[in-house]
Amino acid sequence: MSDFWRRYRRNRGAVVGLVILALVFALAGLAPLLFPGSPWDMATAPFVPPGEEGMLLGSDSLGRDVAAGIAHGARISLMVGAVSTVAALSIGVTLGAFAGYLGGVADDAVMRFTEFFQTIPSFVFAILLVAIFTPTISSVVFAIAVVSWPPVARVVRAEFLSLRNREFVQAAEVLGKSRISIVLTDILPNALSPIVVLSSLMVASAILLESALSFLGLGDPNLMTWGFLIGAGRSVIRLAWWMSVFPGIAIFLTVLALNLVGEGLSDALNPRLARQRGGAA
Amino acid sequence: MAVSRRGFMATAATAPVLMRASEALAQGVAPRRGGTLQMMLTPEPPVLQIGVNQQGPTLAAAPKMFQGLLTFSSTLEPMPLLARSWTISPDGKEYVFNLQQGVKWHDGQPFTAEDVVFSIMKFHMELAPRARAIFQLIETCEARDPHTVRIVLKQPFQPFLLMFDATAAAMVPKHLFDGRDYRTAPAVQRPVGTGPFKFTEWQRGNFIRLDRNEEYWKPGQPYLDTIIYRIIPDSQSRRLAVESGQVLLSQASDIEPFDIPALRQRQNLEVNTNGWEYFSPLSWIELNHRVKPLDDARVRRAMSMAIDRNFIVNRLWFGVGKPATNPVASTTRFHDSSARLAAFNVAEANRILDQAGYPRNAQGVRFTLKHMALPYGEIWTRLSEYLRQAMRNVGIAFDMESTDAGSWARRVGNWEYETTINFVYQFGDPTLGVERTYVSTNIQRVTFTNTGGYANPQVDALFQRARASAAAAERQAAFSEVQKLLVEEVPQIWLMELAFPTIHDRRVRNVITTGLGVHTSFDDVFIAG
Repeated sequence: MSDFWRRYRRNRGAVVGLVILALVFALAGLAPLLFPGSPWDMATAPFVPPGEEGMLLGSDSLGRDVAAGIAHGARISLMVGAVSTVAALSIGVTLGAFAGYLGGVADDAVMRFTEFFQTIPSFVFAILLVAIFTPTISSVVFAIAVVSWPPVARVVRAEFLSLRNREFVQAAEVLGKSRISIVLTDILPNALSPIVVLSSLMVASAILLESALSFLGLGDPNLMTWGFLIGAGRSVIRLAWWMSVFPGIAIFLTVLALNLVGEGLSDALNPRLARQRGGAA
Repeated sequence: MAVSRRGFMATAATAPVLMRASEALAQGVAPRRGGTLQMMLTPEPPVLQIGVNQQGPTLAAAPKMFQGLLTFSSTLEPMPLLARSWTISPDGKEYVFNLQQGVKWHDGQPFTAEDVVFSIMKFHMELAPRARAIFQLIETCEARDPHTVRIVLKQPFQPFLLMFDATAAAMVPKHLFDGRDYRTAPAVQRPVGTGPFKFTEWQRGNFIRLDRNEEYWKPGQPYLDTIIYRIIPDSQSRRLAVESGQVLLSQASDIEPFDIPALRQRQNLEVNTNGWEYFSPLSWIELNHRVKPLDDARVRRAMSMAIDRNFIVNRLWFGVGKPATNPVASTTRFHDSSARLAAFNVAEANRILDQAGYPRNAQGVRFTLKHMALPYGEIWTRLSEYLRQAMRNVGIAFDMESTDAGSWARRVGNWEYETTINFVYQFGDPTLGVERTYVSTNIQRVTFTNTGGYANPQVDALFQRARASAAAAERQAAFSEVQKLLVEEVPQIWLMELAFPTIHDRRVRNVITTGLGVHTSFDDVFIAG
């Protein structure tokens, strides 16, 4: 473990990313304490500029506190990112493992199915799903999961393809271990590192997707999210720039942090790759 | 009554002309001939033939080419247009219109009483549901001579004249439509009317060009040479077009409310919210009375008291519009200003709900209602968000639902909602535009009927009395009584009398001179030098 941390630490960007991410988590966790009450409450006059009347980041067109919106929005954004990634991983890993381990006809069938999903532009597909199932938090998470699993399936399949003919797998087969047990205890742990790296990036893209949906008015109308804040501020940007700029910064920092962390994880989990890159730079 | 009414109409023929001449003199500007007026039309209509299409953009552009028998002042008094004068019999059943002499269609044919009879009894009767509902009351409609039309009704119907504006029943040429399918006749693509401007060119997605009718029946008019409607789909580009002076006039929903404050600041622009009196759109929270506890008048009253309507008008609509006071807009005839909704009072609203037996639970919630935002643009979403907070203050939780425009209309029409937002045109008279929302005989699975399912025999009886009466005083009494009753019952929670800004360069004169605003012929509009 300390070895892992030492390798992770070597990537300074990754450490910065981790710090930002920790701050975002802290903001989300402390939101009810920092900004008690609902982020929808009209706390002051509309369009108060940042820093005035106790509004750190200004107020929006209904006099709602933008800072409270960002803090409470962080909870939803992180939650959507995490839940939809878990859901996408469970679909992607299952199908990828199935295809990669069994090969042959099963592999072909699963991969054609995956390609079918990959050919549909993911954002358009997500809009379509949310519009059909009416915008609620569960339909948004579902839509994001449905459009983000194909890359996972492909990565997992590739890992499984290369691992399934290794000696340790053959040894396990000779020992008479069941297929399920081989997949879960022998192959999967060895395929874990690319999955971990991929999932940190997936959280970032899920947050972006959710924000984009909310921006278009397809978010859950009962939940405050960053995308909603930007969408609501867009039309009055010449009147109140702070309504869209601060939530935009929040999304930018969070997504950047997740990408940096993903890179750090990749370095820490693939030491050889990291050393090569370090040497080249 | 009938005599005094006739007396008024005899003077009505000359009054507007005098008023405008004196108005122009007061400004020190005599009308100037020439110039091109660039405007915008949003969204682009499918056709400009009024009747075949009755949507907002067509209603704004078509009256430049087509005219009605009458038009209406800002207090909704009838003013002569293609009808020079008219008389109404004392029993309120016989209407005689005397038409202007020497009026020609754009193709040179004379405009006669036969065209009027065709337009009313055939063209609009077939095409327009709203006109059909009222023109069905006509027993006979005949051309007594080429310049006189006589209409006899089966029963007196006092708001009848309101149906003769160009937006309700424009006169169309019989010789181009009779015997053809009205929707596919060649004239639909190249409109031919009696108006001051002739259709010249339409580049789809780009512009519509109308040119001066040299043989217009009002001598010396119109003043403008050309009217061009630009089609600009993006709202920020429309705002820029107004700011940069590329277009001299914007109307209806060309400009979003949040852009109004900045445009008001500009010295060269005039922002005007008059000219919608004929339509008088009123918005409200539409309640489904089949959902408990919305059937309880005390609950509806408390909900109404929880709303700060001034906040809605000033903060969301940037001062464009007025707080609603009762179901009849203040610009509609027979509005009674003494019937007023209870004032904004959160404490009192809470007290009413406590007494009515809806206690708060541990989370401070008395009951939860679903609320479907109106999907007509962002401002309506903001309105619903405000209402959710306002309801929250009296312990009512609004659970928001979002839909698209098609689903909204379907769900409201099928009564599949608990609360939503709605707004409806009043067409000048409560019998035409208010009654439909409250009488139990109009509970239908159709949008813009009594979809809420409110039923009150007293209300039904009062609206029926007003509908059947020919005397304005008697109608006023019935409407006053029904307004007083409805502000106590609050069947729908009225929010705001909507207004749409007309923004124009100050050099453009006489833009809004009637209760129809930009939906008129523009024959007296001119651009001062």
